[in-house]
Amino acid sequence: MKYTQEICPILQKDSLNRTTFSFVVQSEKAVQTMQPGQFAQLRVTGKTLRRPISVCDFSREAQWIRFVFEIRGEGTAILSRLNEGDSLDILAPLGNGFAVNPAEKAVFVGGGIGVPPLLGASAAYGANATVLLGFRSLRAVILADEFQTNGADVRIATDDGTYGHHGFVTELLAARLEESPCDAVYACGPTPMLKLVSAEAEKRGVRCMVSLEERMACGIGACLGCACKTRREDGSETYSHVCKNGPVFDSREVVWQ
Amino acid sequence: MNRLAMQLCGVDFKNPVIAASGTYGFGREYNEFYPISRLGGISCKGMTIREKLGNPPPRIAETPDGMLNSVGLQNPGVEHFIEHDLPWLRQQDIVVIANIAGGTEEDYAAIAEKVNEADVDMVELNISCPNVKAGGAAFGTSPATAAQITKIVKEKCPRKPLMVKLSPNVTNIAEIARAVEAAGADSVSLINTLLGMRIDIRTRRPILRNNKGGLSGPAVFPVAVRMVNEVYQAVKIPVVGLGGIATWQDAIEMVLAGASAIQVGTAMFADPYAPLHIIEGMDEYLEENGIDRIADLVGGVTLW
Repeated sequence: MKYTQEICPILQKDSLNRTTFSFVVQSEKAVQTMQPGQFAQLRVTGKTLRRPISVCDFSREAQWIRFVFEIRGEGTAILSRLNEGDSLDILAPLGNGFAVNPAEKAVFVGGGIGVPPLLGASAAYGANATVLLGFRSLRAVILADEFQTNGADVRIATDDGTYGHHGFVTELLAARLEESPCDAVYACGPTPMLKLVSAEAEKRGVRCMVSLEERMACGIGACLGCACKTRREDGSETYSHVCKNGPVFDSREVVWQ
Repeated sequence: MNRLAMQLCGVDFKNPVIAASGTYGFGREYNEFYPISRLGGISCKGMTIREKLGNPPPRIAETPDGMLNSVGLQNPGVEHFIEHDLPWLRQQDIVVIANIAGGTEEDYAAIAEKVNEADVDMVELNISCPNVKAGGAAFGTSPATAAQITKIVKEKCPRKPLMVKLSPNVTNIAEIARAVEAAGADSVSLINTLLGMRIDIRTRRPILRNNKGGLSGPAVFPVAVRMVNEVYQAVKIPVVGLGGIATWQDAIEMVLAGASAIQVGTAMFADPYAPLHIIEGMDEYLEENGIDRIADLVGGVTLW
């Protein structure tokens, strides 16, 4: 049995800013086979559909999983009102995560609420990781100090220039790739950002893995709801599914819309 | 004694709970939660004669107590199913129902011939998918065309019991049910999804890239109960009830309305174990009420 439904007590709740929350939950089963970049389907009381939330970080030994999510609509607003002592009903671990290799030099590129899954993925890299984070403004900056604690070279861009580089995170990526070679780029964020990140990496022949997002129902590849256009090996196009074939794809497979 | 065991068109089911087409794939994914053999049957993802890529995303929109989908029958084609999925499914001790769809009469004839030779227990004929432009629901919305497709499929697929899945997007569903019964259907299943639409008020665009989609989930349940009861009274062939069933109480209600078996779909997205909870609850209800066989409860509602 690859998938688990588990009722996970919330051990710690923090608000990272006005609309972004961090939940650390206890997990005995689902955490055992978890990989960075995978996700869970969180049940929302009173809602027909679960909410797919990426795994920010986890510890198999200490048996916890951390989720960081932003209030996007009613469902995530309901989740944000849960407190320590309440429980999350999760389906996990779902999808394919980042195939990480901490011996390599890697660049992690995150935009907005796409930043959290990179924390766990980059943790073991230490100084081998360059972490480039893009936010709307200073008030939206999350997790930057935690990446730093892990030993990564962290660089930040904000759209309005209130913190770090004034501009897009993709500009930081271009500059970083100019500086010295790297083995892989891992990215998560809005689609326009991912498209630019992929182009930048592919231009230099660097392997690039992107984590995609789509409106989802079952979360396991049964309903075929969360379609994304991809290219097969023979060059023909098809619809893959973010939940089962992803959420992490090789950028060269993705047909950007 | 197994109170839930029943027969549908001569096929033995260990219980009357069937996974609804399009929500359960070919069973492999849910088998990663629990052995799917605990269900009575699986109605496989709707298949066409050739591979179909489906509609562009977004394909999903949540609604009050339900959801819209516009998947558009994405499937690998019937031959791929027969070669890659059916052999595995056959090892799972579950009634296998092939759900078939098409865009033209020729498509339906061709796929019917294929499944006639395949090792499936039953065929569910989809003349009611709201998400494909050619055919699909168009065939299912008039008694004459519904009967015509039923007749073609029955002729090309004489070895399999044929269950025709009906569209609720019609004025008189009982009339369509009578027409497909007269054309040779062995059973009918209903309801498919109700056509719906959601608009994003910020972008002023429909949420679904296909503009429209099929509504499912608890929101449609009372419509389904009403239609199952109307069809139950109109035909002699068994009726399979679906549409928004989420609990064992819903399932019993559907049986009372006239369903010989029930299908569960959207409820599994919130709870993958929903069919198992439903089976357990139905069995307890029968025991508590001293009913020996589920068949004795079918159509048990006394109308005012």
